[in-house]
Amino acid sequence: MKLENKIWDKSECLSRDEIESIQVQRLRETVKRVQNVPFYAKKFKELGIGPEDIKSVSDVKYLPFTTKTDMRENYPLGLMAVPKEKVLRFHGSSGTTGKPTFVAYTKNDLEMWSDMVARFLYSGGARPGHTAQISFGYGLFTGGFGLHYGLEKIGSSIIPAASGNTRRQFTLLQDLKPELLVCTPTYALRLIEYMEDEKIPRESLNLKVAFLGSEPWTEEMRLYIEDRLQVNTCNNYGLSEVIGPGISGECVYHTGMHIQEDYFLVECLDPKTLEPVPEGELGELVITPLNKEAMPMIRYRTRDLAYIVKDSPCPCGRTTKRMSRIKGRSDDMLIIRGVNVFPSQVEEALLQCKDVTPNFLIVLDRPGSLDRSVVQVEMSPAFFSDKMSEMQMLKTNLEETIRSYTGIHFEVDLVQPQSIERFTGKAARVIDNRPKEK
Amino acid sequence: METVKQLSLFLENKPGNVYVICSTLGEAGVNIYTLTLADTAQFGILRMIVEDSEAAKALLEKAGYVVNIADVLAVRIDNQPGRLAQVADILNKEEINVEYVYAFANRHIFLYRVSDTEKAYSKLVSNGFCVLSSQELFNTNK
Repeated sequence: MKLENKIWDKSECLSRDEIESIQVQRLRETVKRVQNVPFYAKKFKELGIGPEDIKSVSDVKYLPFTTKTDMRENYPLGLMAVPKEKVLRFHGSSGTTGKPTFVAYTKNDLEMWSDMVARFLYSGGARPGHTAQISFGYGLFTGGFGLHYGLEKIGSSIIPAASGNTRRQFTLLQDLKPELLVCTPTYALRLIEYMEDEKIPRESLNLKVAFLGSEPWTEEMRLYIEDRLQVNTCNNYGLSEVIGPGISGECVYHTGMHIQEDYFLVECLDPKTLEPVPEGELGELVITPLNKEAMPMIRYRTRDLAYIVKDSPCPCGRTTKRMSRIKGRSDDMLIIRGVNVFPSQVEEALLQCKDVTPNFLIVLDRPGSLDRSVVQVEMSPAFFSDKMSEMQMLKTNLEETIRSYTGIHFEVDLVQPQSIERFTGKAARVIDNRPKEK
Repeated sequence: METVKQLSLFLENKPGNVYVICSTLGEAGVNIYTLTLADTAQFGILRMIVEDSEAAKALLEKAGYVVNIADVLAVRIDNQPGRLAQVADILNKEEINVEYVYAFANRHIFLYRVSDTEKAYSKLVSNGFCVLSSQELFNTNK
């Protein structure tokens, strides 16, 4: 489908020198701002570095990293750089202990966030006068609200459909005829499945572009979704710890996701040596947001693996660097139906259940369009009952405990003792049979 | 009180499981008097009556199964209309819950797993039912 190429903001088209001079100035301001955070003040003092030492963009390599563990250790709001009265919004993401980690936004943060979302939406074809159906969850999750305010900024009208209830999604798609759809790639697959099962004619819809994100997906999925749903699809990237969606996004040319470089300094590092990898080579994305007020971050280790596209101009005219899809993780985090889950969360949940052995295996697959998540748990004598009612209750209790720790439903599959393979070293806790990018 | 020891095994739903259990016991010369399988989509519970339940439990545990032993009541019930209802009525009046019940093949003996074994036993006996001991059960079965 041919889409018009238009640019939202001239700062997406600056020369390399112009971008770097903005970045170095804003990096210096960010370093100044984080001195309000005891966690950072201590680190910078130890390193003997101050804002005045930032002379070029490459000086970022002298700065300390921030990890998810740092966020947890400073739970709930220890990394905030402004008084709580300045905060206009909180969001959160799942944590490994059942508690979310919180992020905060000032008025300026929210304005900047909606601007960066507007940029990638516009680059993918969203326009004033379009109607957009947002089928992302609204809540602590940054996806729903992030896309909502970006679309509002463009001047598109919004159907805040939220996630789930596929039948109702189609009522809205057919009756309000939105041109734009916002959801996870796996939910787009679910919509296709439903449309085909219910024999809903494609002509009854008016969709033109689907903005898909919040979980890794593949080129094969893109081809399938574009073919079946007859839409153009645009990938976008973000994470709540850094801000949410909007760090980068694809334009209509699908040449990689344009990084909003005036807002973020994105490094791509070898996760072991923490040295930069050459462009075109896979590394861990380490991101420093450059304008954030409420919760500035220095060199956040995303654990997401991707590469920076080798220097080649994009036909759209934007001069920003581009990044590949997320190809994997440098830790063991799983993304299941858009939710971040660590195997250690499942382990912690099981340890809460009396008499349950810690031998478990997570099995993921995608039999239809949505991820199916199963935890195999080994039976033990202490926990076995000859009464079916007690066994069912046990299974239900396990499922509820795991849900309270991970935020998602895992089906518990009770298995015989010793049937889960033992490992002498690090146990392989996950079998992921979902389709992967080659 | 007379009760019979019942073995219960946890089973994943996979082919060959019941065969492995039966042959493990068979090769060791353990006779299975009766067995019943309760199943769900994911797993099952195999319950069985053998003469030496402790020995059979040890054998099966060695073979990697989770096994437990529970007391069940072996009640002789005449092959006549209304007799099973009578048992149900006795238990019901005492608010004793029947967890499950199954029968011996070709014999009028039913195995009851109830919420209160002792009370159920005394009420059934005082109502004239014959509740068998292990010895009686295995002797009459031979």
